[in-house]
Amino acid sequence: MTRSDRLSLAHFWVAILAFGAASAMAFMQALSRASLDLPWRSAKMYYLSVTAHGVLMALVFTTFFIMAFGYVVVSRTLDQEPSGMKLAWAGFWIALAGTVMAAATVLAGRATVLYTFYPPLQAHPAFYIGLTLVIVGSWCWGAVMLLSYRSWRAKHRDQPAPLAMHGMMATVIVWFIATIGVAAEVLLQLIPWSLGWTATVDPVLARMLFWYFGHPLVYFWLLPAYVIWYTVLPRVAGGKLFSDPLARLVFVLFILFSTPVGFHHQFMDPGVSAGWKLLHTFLTFAILFPSFITAFTVTASLEVAGRMQGATGLVDWIGKLPWREPLFSSVALSMILFAVGGIGGAINASFGMNAVVHNTAFIQGHFHLTVGSAVALTFMGASYWLLPRLSGRELELGLLARVQPYLWFIGMMLFSFSNHITGLMGMPRRIYDASYGGSTIAAAWKGLTGVSAVGGLFLFASAGFFMLVMIGTGLAGKRTAGGGQPIEWAEPLHPVAAQRTWLDRYWVWTAVAIVLVLIAYAYPLWIHLQMPRFGSPGFKPF
Amino acid sequence: MNVHLYEKIWMWASGLLIVAFLATITVGVAGSALQPPSHVETIDPTRVWNDPRFAKRGATVDEHGATVVLIAMMFAFQPAEVHVPANRPVTFRVTSADVTHGFEIVGTNGNTMVVPGYVSQFTTTFRTPGEYLIVCNEYCGLSHHLMSAKLIVETQP
Repeated sequence: MTRSDRLSLAHFWVAILAFGAASAMAFMQALSRASLDLPWRSAKMYYLSVTAHGVLMALVFTTFFIMAFGYVVVSRTLDQEPSGMKLAWAGFWIALAGTVMAAATVLAGRATVLYTFYPPLQAHPAFYIGLTLVIVGSWCWGAVMLLSYRSWRAKHRDQPAPLAMHGMMATVIVWFIATIGVAAEVLLQLIPWSLGWTATVDPVLARMLFWYFGHPLVYFWLLPAYVIWYTVLPRVAGGKLFSDPLARLVFVLFILFSTPVGFHHQFMDPGVSAGWKLLHTFLTFAILFPSFITAFTVTASLEVAGRMQGATGLVDWIGKLPWREPLFSSVALSMILFAVGGIGGAINASFGMNAVVHNTAFIQGHFHLTVGSAVALTFMGASYWLLPRLSGRELELGLLARVQPYLWFIGMMLFSFSNHITGLMGMPRRIYDASYGGSTIAAAWKGLTGVSAVGGLFLFASAGFFMLVMIGTGLAGKRTAGGGQPIEWAEPLHPVAAQRTWLDRYWVWTAVAIVLVLIAYAYPLWIHLQMPRFGSPGFKPF
Repeated sequence: MNVHLYEKIWMWASGLLIVAFLATITVGVAGSALQPPSHVETIDPTRVWNDPRFAKRGATVDEHGATVVLIAMMFAFQPAEVHVPANRPVTFRVTSADVTHGFEIVGTNGNTMVVPGYVSQFTTTFRTPGEYLIVCNEYCGLSHHLMSAKLIVETQP
């Protein structure tokens, strides 16, 4: 095993174990929402598990998986070891220490503040410090990614960056810009306040800084999934990438538009004026565009694959695709779910309409289709493909792997659709019990919360299958000759330009992105800081 | 950059769809002053009970409509029941005495965050008389799911 693959695998296993723990938490919540009186059911356990599920899924599983995948892309597309192996390992241990610290604080019941940790709910300082360490670890990763690209670029002056690396560069740039917000919130506001050094914080300022980070966070999750869709999926499907240059353009557009959109999470907030919310609405809709292009290019690539297998009719290419191959079915199903989730996102972002769905179950229905399917299901599918190639072990329990994506799809349909509907009926998200003292209005949600719980059952079974395959492969997979296997990336249908183009001038795109961030945020933040404000002391109602 | 004809058609169609989405939003903003609750007013969160703006809580009704003043706290709204007239504009003014809460009138688009240190305000008109459920929709502690109130919309004589 190469040093680089060992580095990737270390990150990979942390991601997988975090996913397993977070899935168990989720199952309990789905049953609780359906008011099934299980013996261990309590409000304290419920809100604690919502926090643990959010932190472990959204921050730990995703970040560690993306770090693992980033190193895979460096070593397998640039054909070099990541530059700064010591820094990379330091980043791993720092992020792992932070994860353990934050998770232990949550499980001890000292940080039941949910993964959005809005003050003036006040967690134990170890929670904020742990999360900071996870971010610092990810910055080490980001630095290693940039250094690796620089050393490759020094030797390949005129070549375009390999497409997968181009996508990961966009991911790293978005991540560096985005994390400035949460770093400012945690370091300047929350840590000093939780340690008692400052008495109060301004909760709206904290929300502005959090959502400056919180929306590009979703593109940090999504872009590596897109890298897999563009550079792995067409090959696994037996075809070619339909358009290389448009894929490159998509990643550049994400560098530009990922960050200046955060106010669409704060439409319902007091203290932020409507004009700025409207500006962020326009920018939010701009970022639909690269996802529309992705839908076309990836689908067209699959059609190419079907036709290369001999399809000639209008739709028979769909049947020619390898639906029994777990990476393929995972990604294809995740794309279908994402199409629905994307339209839901446009509803959420619609300035006025947001009032109907804000903080209702509609939102959890929405993001389980996006991060919970487009991202998580893609990462699960990619794990089946990646683990044998990194570890040099054959996939065990292949039948479970084949069934698992379909279980996830069914579970997510039941879970998500029922939550969209109860959300439109007004049921809030993140509630332990939905009965509201026997209110007849709340009683109307009852059947659908049951459907959602059945969805949770399917999802839990799916996650269980996934964990069995991963652990079975890791411990008992048959060793293949020669250890790790090569990775074959998808080829474009038309040859790539031999010269690098304006699309991989990352400094230029980063500069433009920063200008857009300044336009969207500098003035409203400045106005906010000028206003006479009153801070809030901390509360620990958990 | 070489772009396939179908891709060009798709990109134009996507672009037009996005423009259409934004046009509907713009028409709503310009035509019917449709906007999310974005009131900017601050208040000392440790003194809300004594603040003159929140001293008289509940509904004040006159011939033009009503103003409803509420304080959100762990884990109740004060007052817990409010009566307002149908078919007249009702202005809600809400603030928090402790953590961040939500204020949602179930089955309507009456929805706002309630953040300590700030006053949330929005105006709406109820067309259908009857009993409505107000819930907190932002996690505020272990009894968050119990935090609710009643809104009674009454037909005017």
